[in-house]
Amino acid sequence: MRDVAVVGFAQAPQVRRTDGTTNGVEMLVPIFHEVFDKLGMTKSDIGFWCSGSSDYLAGRAFSFISAIDAIGPVPPIVESHVEADAAWALYEAWVKIQTGEADTALVYGFGKSSAGNLRRTMALQLDPYVLAPLWPDSVGVAGLQARLGIDAGLWDERAMAEVAVRSRRDAETNRFAQLAGSKDVDELLASPYLAAPLRMHDCAPITDGAAVIVLAAGDRARELVERPAWITGIAHRVDSAHLGARDLTRSPSTAGAAQAVGIDGVEVAELQTPFTHQELLLRRELGLGADVRITPSGGALAGNPMFAAGLVRIGEAAAHIADGSAGRVLAHATSGPALQQNLVCVMEGR
Amino acid sequence: MSKNRAAVLGTGQTHHRAKRTDVSMAGLLREAIDRAMIDAQVGWDDIDAVVVGKAPDFFEGVMMPELFLADAIGAVGKPLLRVHTAGSVGGSTAIVAASLVQAGVHQRVLAVAWEKQSESNAMWALSIPIPFNMPVNAGAGGYFAPHVRSYIRRSGAPNHIGALVAVKDRRNGAKNPYAHLQQADITFESVQNSMMLWDPIRYDETCPSSDGACAVVIGNEQAAAAVANPAWIHATAMRSEPTTYAGRDQVSPQASREAAAALWKQAGITNPLEQIDAAEIYVPFSWFEPMWLETLGFVPEGEGWKLTEAGETAIGGKLPVNASGGVLSSNPIGASGMLRFAEAAMQVMGRAGDHQVDGARTALGHAYGGGSQFFSMWVVGAEKPE
Repeated sequence: MRDVAVVGFAQAPQVRRTDGTTNGVEMLVPIFHEVFDKLGMTKSDIGFWCSGSSDYLAGRAFSFISAIDAIGPVPPIVESHVEADAAWALYEAWVKIQTGEADTALVYGFGKSSAGNLRRTMALQLDPYVLAPLWPDSVGVAGLQARLGIDAGLWDERAMAEVAVRSRRDAETNRFAQLAGSKDVDELLASPYLAAPLRMHDCAPITDGAAVIVLAAGDRARELVERPAWITGIAHRVDSAHLGARDLTRSPSTAGAAQAVGIDGVEVAELQTPFTHQELLLRRELGLGADVRITPSGGALAGNPMFAAGLVRIGEAAAHIADGSAGRVLAHATSGPALQQNLVCVMEGR
Repeated sequence: MSKNRAAVLGTGQTHHRAKRTDVSMAGLLREAIDRAMIDAQVGWDDIDAVVVGKAPDFFEGVMMPELFLADAIGAVGKPLLRVHTAGSVGGSTAIVAASLVQAGVHQRVLAVAWEKQSESNAMWALSIPIPFNMPVNAGAGGYFAPHVRSYIRRSGAPNHIGALVAVKDRRNGAKNPYAHLQQADITFESVQNSMMLWDPIRYDETCPSSDGACAVVIGNEQAAAAVANPAWIHATAMRSEPTTYAGRDQVSPQASREAAAALWKQAGITNPLEQIDAAEIYVPFSWFEPMWLETLGFVPEGEGWKLTEAGETAIGGKLPVNASGGVLSSNPIGASGMLRFAEAAMQVMGRAGDHQVDGARTALGHAYGGGSQFFSMWVVGAEKPE
């Protein structure tokens, strides 16, 4: 395998509503400039481009077609797109570099959740024959998952609130976060349910946003930055779609991906958990001890740009390598209802 | 670093029809997957990862349908990747699957591409009004007709070339048991008498709307050694350009020309017309055959129609194009690109049945999408690449 590293990362401010189109260009152009300026690169230095976005979120077919206008791909580029969080686009780009066909890649994701009714839109990911017609929305499905864990004695509402408090207080130092700062646990627990047992603080906000990451191989990475975040392993898996047929308190796809990658000794773990109980579930599944710093950016609970939030986790984790504050980090991304699909990426400084 | 060799071990496709109401989406995919896995002589334990491709989710009305299909397509516990690159997606999906093998990540990967247009309405899905964008309310035909007119004007092609392509592809389709349209008796006159839809494109020069799926199993050298006559992947190429920009040539897009040049170089092909034995080219409207023959570099600019008119693109000609019947005979949009890639592989594997091109050793699979702006293509061969 070739040595491939994250060398650049930029993100748009995570906000409740942008004035731009659902094509993402208004959010993408400034962050392309930012990452290119930082690395001293231009678009002609990029060997492969890959993006992640969703037509359903954008409310149109081919949302990515207009998004490539943010690149200005003249002359033509080598480019691909996944209908998933851009963390999976990063995976495709990593594979492309492994084939030797490219030495650099730019990966981006974008989502304008404010354009529609996110909870209902996400319900359309469910089985269209037997489940989606009942319209269980994304918060309701997450609520079922949280309830199952509570009933099984795996977590409780207080532990969930503690995750919310820590995440939103951590976000006070994240200038991109949509939500920062938190009331105390007892105050949070006094608030009404949104979808029992979930309260407002247990759920990620609705966010517009975008992110970009640049990957480079070997010497190219070392030329570009002082401390590349070398990807020592990246893997993903999917679980059954049938909510009634899988144990929603477990995440075998996360455990399988982590086992394939090897996660021992990580100091920081940026987990994409749009609901508080999902952090508790994943920590257990990944076997992360008390010595591992969990999602210091504040994570999805502080800002959740759909189809970019997983890529943001990789960028935030890599930033700890770049600034020397950690030597080995883990990033996690998720897709699908109730953590159906999961990706694990481990990076190191050398 | 050099890539690992990769080969198509087996292919499968559905019987393409306007409405496959006899199967669910999962059933449709499995029909293609099961045939591909039997053809490749593999079981589920042999598959390391699944790559799914399809065109816009609005075409069925399900957001990221691969998630709900995960169980049916054997992906549970494995990596599942969803590709979406417009009409070129079937080709792109095969290329992503090939990359996973060429990168050394996996030994065998299942790729499947599909569309079940009868679940929704593609014309509607393509016509959602978008701020600051020109509406495409007439669908794809209305969008591409001006490009065809421009080609006719620039090349001086006689008006009947499109009808020649339609007759050839529909008759070829009648030799392919999976093809949606079975029109063995179609004639040049009947095509020319069919209704004008988007001048100069007539009804019989237009692809149908189909339900269908296509699957391929791609494996590494070790996996290929276990099967008879794999189709070795000699080269792959993808290119994208914007829908519009000042000076853009939509008849001969730069992305098409550059993808083809990169493809031939990678495959070590210096004279594609002589060295390619069969080509499966994405021709949703008849006139795109001569247009793509030119941008692919088979003939100089303005000469594509002459190859068609001389009958050289028919089975038995110098360069049989779309021996399967092509997109003009079946168009399950997301699968159409992979069908081109799979049919090219079937030709060099010697498994194309009644539409087999005699002695085909090297073949092209080609797909395009968007406003003639996304391209994916591959060259497959009976011989192992150097």
